[in-house]
Amino acid sequence: MEAFLHQVFSGLANGAIYASLALALVMIYQSTHHINFAQGEMAMFSTYLAWAMINAGYPYWIAFGLTVVASFFIGLTIERVIVRRVAGAPILTLVVVFIALLVILNSITGWIFTYTIKVFPSPFPEQPLFGPYISSHEAGVVGVSLVVLLLLFLFFRFTTLGLAMRATAENALSSRLSGIRVGWMLALGWGLAASIGAIAGMMVAPIVYLDPNMMSGILLYGIAAALMGGIDNPFGAVVGGLIVGVLENLMGAYVVGTELKLTVALMLIIGVLIFKPTGLFGRHFVTRV
Amino acid sequence: MDGMHVNKTRLIVIGIAVLVAFLLPFVVGSYRVFQFNLVLVYAIVLLGLNMLTGYNGQISLGHGAFYAIGAYVAAIMMDKLGVPYWATVPAAGLVCFVAGFLFGFPALRLHGHYLALATFALGISMPQILKYKGLEHWTGGVQGIVILKPQAPFGLNVSQDQWLYLFSLFVALFMFWLAWNILRGRIGRAMVAIRDHPIAAEAMGINVAAVKTLTFGVSALYAGVGGALGAIVVQFVAPDSFVALVSISFLIGIVIGGLASISGVIYGAIFIQFVPNIADEISKAAPWAVYGLFLLAFVFLAPKGVAGLVQLLWGKAEASWKRTRAQKTTLQS
Amino acid sequence: MPLLEVSGLSGGYGATDILHDVSFSVEQAGITTILGANGAGKTSVLRALCGMLRVSDGSMSFAEQKLNGRATETIVRMGIGHVPDGRGTFLNLTTEENLRVGAMTRSDKAGITEDFERVYGYFPRLKERRHQQAGTLSGGEQQMLAISRALMLRPRLLLLDEPSFGLAPLVVQDIFRIMRTINDEQKVAILLVEQNASLALELADAAYLLETGKVVMSGPARELREAESVRRSYLGY
Repeated sequence: MEAFLHQVFSGLANGAIYASLALALVMIYQSTHHINFAQGEMAMFSTYLAWAMINAGYPYWIAFGLTVVASFFIGLTIERVIVRRVAGAPILTLVVVFIALLVILNSITGWIFTYTIKVFPSPFPEQPLFGPYISSHEAGVVGVSLVVLLLLFLFFRFTTLGLAMRATAENALSSRLSGIRVGWMLALGWGLAASIGAIAGMMVAPIVYLDPNMMSGILLYGIAAALMGGIDNPFGAVVGGLIVGVLENLMGAYVVGTELKLTVALMLIIGVLIFKPTGLFGRHFVTRV
Repeated sequence: MDGMHVNKTRLIVIGIAVLVAFLLPFVVGSYRVFQFNLVLVYAIVLLGLNMLTGYNGQISLGHGAFYAIGAYVAAIMMDKLGVPYWATVPAAGLVCFVAGFLFGFPALRLHGHYLALATFALGISMPQILKYKGLEHWTGGVQGIVILKPQAPFGLNVSQDQWLYLFSLFVALFMFWLAWNILRGRIGRAMVAIRDHPIAAEAMGINVAAVKTLTFGVSALYAGVGGALGAIVVQFVAPDSFVALVSISFLIGIVIGGLASISGVIYGAIFIQFVPNIADEISKAAPWAVYGLFLLAFVFLAPKGVAGLVQLLWGKAEASWKRTRAQKTTLQS
Repeated sequence: MPLLEVSGLSGGYGATDILHDVSFSVEQAGITTILGANGAGKTSVLRALCGMLRVSDGSMSFAEQKLNGRATETIVRMGIGHVPDGRGTFLNLTTEENLRVGAMTRSDKAGITEDFERVYGYFPRLKERRHQQAGTLSGGEQQMLAISRALMLRPRLLLLDEPSFGLAPLVVQDIFRIMRTINDEQKVAILLVEQNASLALELADAAYLLETGKVVMSGPARELREAESVRRSYLGY
């Protein structure tokens, strides 16, 4: 029973990370209907920035804050310089652009920081503070994710800028006709997504260690989580992330072992999608002839 | 939509291309022959993927899985059952057709990104399944299977590499001819109709489910044929040759070459075979960054793929040629 | 000097022009209507004004500033409120949030509060439903919301694209009555595009008749109402 609870809790911690990444994906999807396959590598690159700052002697939380801000501007720049130019292109062209971004970021990071695996510090204490079933870092991850969620909720619900972004996501044309600078809203969305991704990266790095390929599996789970929850629904993305995290952990521990857990987890998610093609909380598509 | 109708100039261009392809192994070194052989292999796979994704609108990020199945069928048949190499190619195609056809059923329920995820999952799972202990007796586990290179038959005076290339070329020509016939026929039109107007296609009496699953099957058949040829050419199969990146490369191939274009798959195959090498030569430190820049450059400069660009330039050349000819006639009169 | 002056406007989508040499104007605080059958190019005229249509020739000026070549957002910020066809409601936002989006370009808090009260005064039903998702409103309520959203900009000119479309006659009368009030009280000029010619001619001072992208008749609304051809084809008596 203890082992089981431990698996569930650490699954929740992983799930919180998947949820954050899924949230970043949903944010970009809602306004542009693109799934950003480079989201994971952007997060990885941000985490390296944090590592470099910590190595240079900055205190953890200062490095954390600076990384979140820097990532925001990196995301914004990528949107304005690259993504904007292909905004109207067919979806497969965009997939190729995102793959290009992915390999470029991965390769450049490897080039600057080498491919050797690095230890990334956790800001949370070693000894478990919240009982025997969950480590402090895992509890911290859940806590940080909750804070991020709360801040995002407040931002979108109560600020004018948040409202403008929601309006843009729903109806770009009408937003333009209300004088909203739609282009900037999309860029802001990319910036925010990059910041959220950066937090996910810094939270996961102490668990999986820092290396240029650290996010590939996590991005896949993030995409799966977003799709499972309903790609246009932020709430669904969070629930999807938690489900995927727990499911993955329990599968690995009790059913198929760690070797096949990725396969089986994905199969299960696809199984769900076959019966619920728009995700658990997704809206139904309306198609016109 | 090129390749659908044949005019005289086009026939001449195709004839020249085939002739060049035939002569190629006799003028370049054996390593180049090997590389061009892989171009033929990839072209076959891309052709199948383009039918599915370009013409029928079903995205697949997992064709590496069918490619792997084809390769393993060929390797197991040759190594464990002693079947001659040429007989493994249709067998691999058939096995993959069945596998693709079956995968086509759950795919019917999934669209766009959801289908992309499902197929990508297939691509990611394949190496794990191939490594699986329970199948080790057949698949050779992590070690894989080594196969022998076939000799040229009938006492032909060509090297093994040259012969394999010519064999691949025959197969490729047959597969292209087959694809051309499928795509310009009723099924081809139905495939495109489903991509563009799924509901209208249904209303027109097209059995959408049947066409889509069949397309998935045929597409997988092409990947399987390519996989079998690829295994014979490389003389080796192992789980790590079929990582998810292979599937992504295939998708990149059809987008760069040109979606819904038969000739495009050749450009795409050349891209995925040679550009990584070129990138590596440009920068040893960050080859994939160079590769990524190449991708961006192609997407920005040729948004409709290389085939689209070629068509555009060809159209311009033809127009200016007609103009000069018209001017000449007016001058003469 | 008219508030909006369009002369020799041609343009369309892709390579083909839909509008050919269209000229018209809207006076300060005046109401102009453009009539025409479905597909005559009425919606395209409004889109051209807001920078949403390729313009191949002609000039458009608003309050003595050129509109040609400007971005939609900029044109809107100059004081043109556009109520698009299909109403453009943000279905997932609440009624109040829709109105807040309308006021997005403004920063005068007091003025915004005042305008909230004003539009709620025009359309009391919106006030009742202010915390409801706009997607749950009826067609008539959504049309009221669309007009109100545009008013929240405090525009000098309101572009209305078929406000009567798909609504019950009583609701349509209600909306037209309030447009009259808005014009009287706030001196907002209106450019109204309509298929319902009799209502539009009753409201407007000036009228233009559009057929296949060309202006075929123009004059004071009263004159057009009397004209034999307009009566037969568009008014039906």
